[in-house]
Amino acid sequence: MPELYQLTIKEKLEGLKNSSFSSLELTESYLERIKRIDPELNSYITVIEEEARVKAKESDQRYQAGSPLPLDGIPIAHKDIFCTEGVLTSCGSKMLANFISPYSSTVVKKYEESGSVVLGKTNMDEFAMGSSNETSYFGPVKNPWNNKCVPGGSSGGSAACVSAGLAAGATATDTGGSIRQPAALCGLTGIKPTYGRVSRYGMVAFASSLDQGGVLTKTAEDAAYLLKAMSGHDPKDSTSLNVEVPDYINEINQDIKGLRIGLPKEFFSMNLPQHVEKSISDALKVFEKLGTKIKEVELPHLDLSLPVYYVIAPAECSANLSRYDGVKFGYRCENPKDLDDLYMRTREEGFGPEVKRRVLIGTYALSAGYYDAYYLKALKCRRLIAGDFDNAFKSVDLILSPTAPDISFALGEKSSNPVEMYKQDIFTIPANLAGLPAISIPCGKHKGLPLGLQLMSKSLEESKLLRTAHHFQLNSDWHKSWPSL
Amino acid sequence: MLIKDRDLEQIAYLARINIDKDYFPSLKQELESILDLVKKINSADTESVKPMFHPLDLFQPLRKDEVTEKDEREKLQKNAPLSQAGLFLVPKVIEDQG
Amino acid sequence: MNAMSEWETVIGLEVHVQLATKSKLFSGASTLFGSAPNTQACNIDMGMPGVLPVLNEEVLKMAVKFGLAINASINSPTQFSRKNYFYPDLPKGYQISQLDNPIVEAGFLEIIVKEGKKKIGITRAHLEEDAGKSLHEDFKHLTGIDLNRAGTPLLEVVSEPDLNSAEEAVAYLKRIHSIIRYLEISDGNMAEGSMRCDVNVSVRKKGNKELGTRTETKNVNSFKFVERAIQYEIKRQVSVLEAGENVVQETRLYDSQSNETRPMRSKEFANDYRYFPEPDLLPVLIDDEFINSLKDQMPELSESKTKRFVKDYQLTEYDANVLTVDLNFANFFEEVAAKSKNPKLAANWVMGELSAFLNQENLTIQETKVDSKKLGNLLNRIEDSTISGKIAKEVFEEMWNTGSSPEKIIETKGLKQVTDSVEIREIINQALDQNPTQLEQYKDGKDKLFGFFVGQVMKISKGKANPEQVNKILKEKLEE
Repeated sequence: MPELYQLTIKEKLEGLKNSSFSSLELTESYLERIKRIDPELNSYITVIEEEARVKAKESDQRYQAGSPLPLDGIPIAHKDIFCTEGVLTSCGSKMLANFISPYSSTVVKKYEESGSVVLGKTNMDEFAMGSSNETSYFGPVKNPWNNKCVPGGSSGGSAACVSAGLAAGATATDTGGSIRQPAALCGLTGIKPTYGRVSRYGMVAFASSLDQGGVLTKTAEDAAYLLKAMSGHDPKDSTSLNVEVPDYINEINQDIKGLRIGLPKEFFSMNLPQHVEKSISDALKVFEKLGTKIKEVELPHLDLSLPVYYVIAPAECSANLSRYDGVKFGYRCENPKDLDDLYMRTREEGFGPEVKRRVLIGTYALSAGYYDAYYLKALKCRRLIAGDFDNAFKSVDLILSPTAPDISFALGEKSSNPVEMYKQDIFTIPANLAGLPAISIPCGKHKGLPLGLQLMSKSLEESKLLRTAHHFQLNSDWHKSWPSL
Repeated sequence: MLIKDRDLEQIAYLARINIDKDYFPSLKQELESILDLVKKINSADTESVKPMFHPLDLFQPLRKDEVTEKDEREKLQKNAPLSQAGLFLVPKVIEDQG
Repeated sequence: MNAMSEWETVIGLEVHVQLATKSKLFSGASTLFGSAPNTQACNIDMGMPGVLPVLNEEVLKMAVKFGLAINASINSPTQFSRKNYFYPDLPKGYQISQLDNPIVEAGFLEIIVKEGKKKIGITRAHLEEDAGKSLHEDFKHLTGIDLNRAGTPLLEVVSEPDLNSAEEAVAYLKRIHSIIRYLEISDGNMAEGSMRCDVNVSVRKKGNKELGTRTETKNVNSFKFVERAIQYEIKRQVSVLEAGENVVQETRLYDSQSNETRPMRSKEFANDYRYFPEPDLLPVLIDDEFINSLKDQMPELSESKTKRFVKDYQLTEYDANVLTVDLNFANFFEEVAAKSKNPKLAANWVMGELSAFLNQENLTIQETKVDSKKLGNLLNRIEDSTISGKIAKEVFEEMWNTGSSPEKIIETKGLKQVTDSVEIREIINQALDQNPTQLEQYKDGKDKLFGFFVGQVMKISKGKANPEQVNKILKEKLEE
C-alpha cells in the first residue's frame, strides 16, 4: 500500500471521490511531511498551514455535496514568484523579503478556482536568476536525492518539494530553463508551455519576452492535470494567447506511433559525458519501440543561444527590476541622505550579486554606443535561432536532447563562476528564445542522481509533448522512484 | 573586452546600484567574462535579418476605455517603507536637477 | 534692439497633451483630476511586482484623429518602447513611450502671421504615460509622491524648428490647443497641466545656414509664460553670443516669478535613457478600416469653420477667425446667430460686449453669466425695435449681474423704446421749447445744431425714443 503522497494526481482525485481519504487528511499528511523533512531541504519559503486546512475543509464539503472542482483537494505549492494576495511573495530576494502581495496573480486565482489546496510558497533563485537555487536570500535548497547537491534552479524549491513528496505538484517559471533543468536534476517531469499559454499577470517579471509559467510534477499525466488548470487566455496579459486550451488529460492517451523525433546534431557533437549519452541512447530505444522515427536535424545557429540569451535576458531584467527602488514597496536602506543615496544603497543592499551582475550587464548592453552591437545584434541572432526551429519542424514533430549537461553538482561548486553556471542552460535556452514549448522527463540515473531528457515541439503542441512523455513513462521506471528521506 | 573603472561607475549609476570600490576588480572580471561569452554573436551574419524582439508574431489586443479599478490605496500602501497622509515619502527632491 | 535684428531665432516646441480618456493608458484606473493622493493609482500604475500593461483603445483613436487633423501619416504597426530613468514619480523606473514608429509622423499645421499664413512642420506625435506628482511643500526634508496622474495618457507633439519668434510659437501653441479642443481629445487646461510645453530655442546670425546651440526650457505652462520664456531666452542667448561667448546646450527652467530662465544643475553622468522595445506590449496594428471610421467621425475643424462663417454668415475673415479660435466660443456664436437671425449683430455682440465681460472677470465662454438663448432674445429686442442698441448694453449689464431675462429687465425698468409718434412729437416740442436760443441759431442756418436737438430729445426720453423716428420727426418740425 503506497503512502498518500506517492499517489498520482489521478489516483488522489479518485481516492477523494471514493472517500478513501479526505482532502483534510491528504493536506495534513503533506503538512506533516513538510514539518519533518523541509527543515533540511529548505524547499519552502512560506508554509500556509491554517489557510491550507481551511481550503481542504471547503474541498471536503464540495466532495460531500457531489460537486467537486477539477483539482479539488489536490495539495500544491506555488513558486514564490507568483503574487498571492495576503501572503509573502519574496521572489527569493531580500528586496521583497517583507512584501505581502496586495493582489493575486492569474495563475494563483486559476488554481483557487480549480479547488486545489495551496500548501505554501517555494524557494527559488533570487528573481529567478540562477541555475542552482543558491542565489536565494532564504538560503540554498538541497537536492532530495543527495543533500550535498543542488536541486537546480531557478525553480529549485518547487522541484525539491515535489521530488521529496512535500506537494503533489508545484508551479514554476522558466526563462532559460528554470523549470526543465531542476526537473532533470531532481528526477521530475517539468513542462514549460508555449510563450503566452500561461498568463504572466502577477508573475514577478525577470525577462518579459522569455518568462513563461509551467509546472513541476512526478509524471507527465500529473503535469497534464496541472497545466490544464493554469493555462488559458488572460485579458490582463497583452501577450497571452487567445486560443483554446486542449484537453491535455484525455489527449495524453492517444498513441505516438509515427511521430518523427529529431536529434540536433549540434547538441550531440558536444562532448557529452558518457552517462548522459547512454541515458539518451537508452531512451531512444524506448521511443523506437513505441513506433516513432528518429532522425538527425540541423539547428545551425544553436551555438548562438547562450550568448544571445545573456544579452536579451539581462537587458529586459535591467528595466524590469528598476521598480525596486525603496519608494513604494520592498526593502529601503537606513537613513538615506538624499534621493540618489536612497536608490543606490537600497539596490546595493537589497539585491544579491547575481542579480546585480545581470542588471549591470543589461544596462551596459542597452547603453548608448553599445545598443546596436549587443542588444540589436542579439535580437537579429534570435530570429536566426527561431528560424532554425521553423526549418527543423518541417521534417520532424519533436526535437530531443539532454535537458542539462550533467547530473546535479555539489553546493558551492559553481557559485563563484557565473559563466560556468550559465552553461547549465545550454540545452534549454533555445526554446525560450523561440517561445516554443518543451518538457523534461527523467531518463536515467548516475551516482544515484537523476538525469533528464528534453523534448521540444512547435508552438501550442504541449499536448504532443505530454503524450510522448506519458508513453515513455508507461514504458520506463525512472519517474517512479522516490528519494529516501 | 576590458571594462574601465569609469565605465563601471557610469553603468552602476545608470542602474542606481552602489558598488563598493573594493569589489571593482572582481566585478569587472565577472562582467568581462560574461561579455566574453556574449561576443560570439559578432560572428553571426545578420545582414538583412530583422530583429526579433518578441516570440509572438501577433498584434497588441486593446482594452475598452472603462474605469474598472476602485480606490485601494490602503491595501496597496501597506508595503510602503515610508508614507504619510496617503503620500509615499522620499528624501527631499531637488527639482532643478536635469 | 538694432543689434537684435542681426539675429534670427529658431524655435521648436514639444507639447505634452493629456488625452481626455476615462481610464489610464494601460490600466483601468480613473484619470479624474484632483482626487485625494494615490486613490486613483491602481497596482498597475504603482508598478507593483508582476503587473502588466493593456492598451486603452480610445487613446489610439484620439491620437489618430490628431494625426488626421494635422495632415500627418499614421504608422502601422506602431510600437511602444521603454524609456529608462529613475525618479520617484516614475513608479516602474521606466516610462512606456514610443521611439521608433511613433503613431503620428510628418504632419503640419498653418498659423497666421503678419505676412499671411505660415506652415509649421510637426515631426511626430507619440503616446506615452504621464508621471505622478512630487509635492515638496508639505513635509520637512521630505518629498511626497502622489501617483494619481501616473499612467494618464499623453500625446507628445514635437514640432520642426520652423518657428522664428515668441509670437509664432504662441500662435502655433494656440493652433494645437484649438485642434485638441475641436477634436475633444483633451480639455487643454494649461493651469491643471493638461497641456504642457518644453521650448527649444537657439539663435544664429541672419543668413547662417547652421543652427545655433539650443537650450531646452522645461514645463512652461501658459501661453503667456511661453512667450516670456522665449523672449528671455532670445535676449540671453544674443547677449552671450555678442559677448563672444558660447551658448551652453542645457536644460533650463522658467521661473514665472522672476520672469527668467535658469539652468538646471547637471549631474555627474549624462542621462542615457536606454530605450528598447517594450516586451510586455506587442506591435499595434492600425488598419485602414480603423482610420476610415475615424475619418467619418472627424468634426469640422477651425479652418473649415472659418470659411463657412464667412460664406454663410457674411462675416469678415477677421471676425470669423476670432470666433473660431475656440470651439465653445464658435458654438456659442452659432447658437446666438440662430436665435437672433442676424448673424452680423450676433458676431458683434459675442466679440464685443460679451467678450469684454468675460475678460473682465477672467471667465471662459462655458462660465458665461448670459447664456446664448438670453443673448439671442436680447438681440431680437433690438431687431424688433423694442430697445435701441444703446439701451441693450444697459440691459445686458443687468442680465450679467442678475441673471434675469431681457424681457423682464426691459419691463421692470421701463426701458421699452418710445415709438409712438405723438409721444415723440411731444418730447421734441419740449426740447425745442427748452432751448429757444439754439432754435433761433438753427433757423439762422447753423445746421450743425440738429445733432444737439437729437441729443436733447434722447436726454428727455432717457434714451428710449426710437432714434430713427426722432430724426425723421425732428427734421419735419424744424422745417415747418
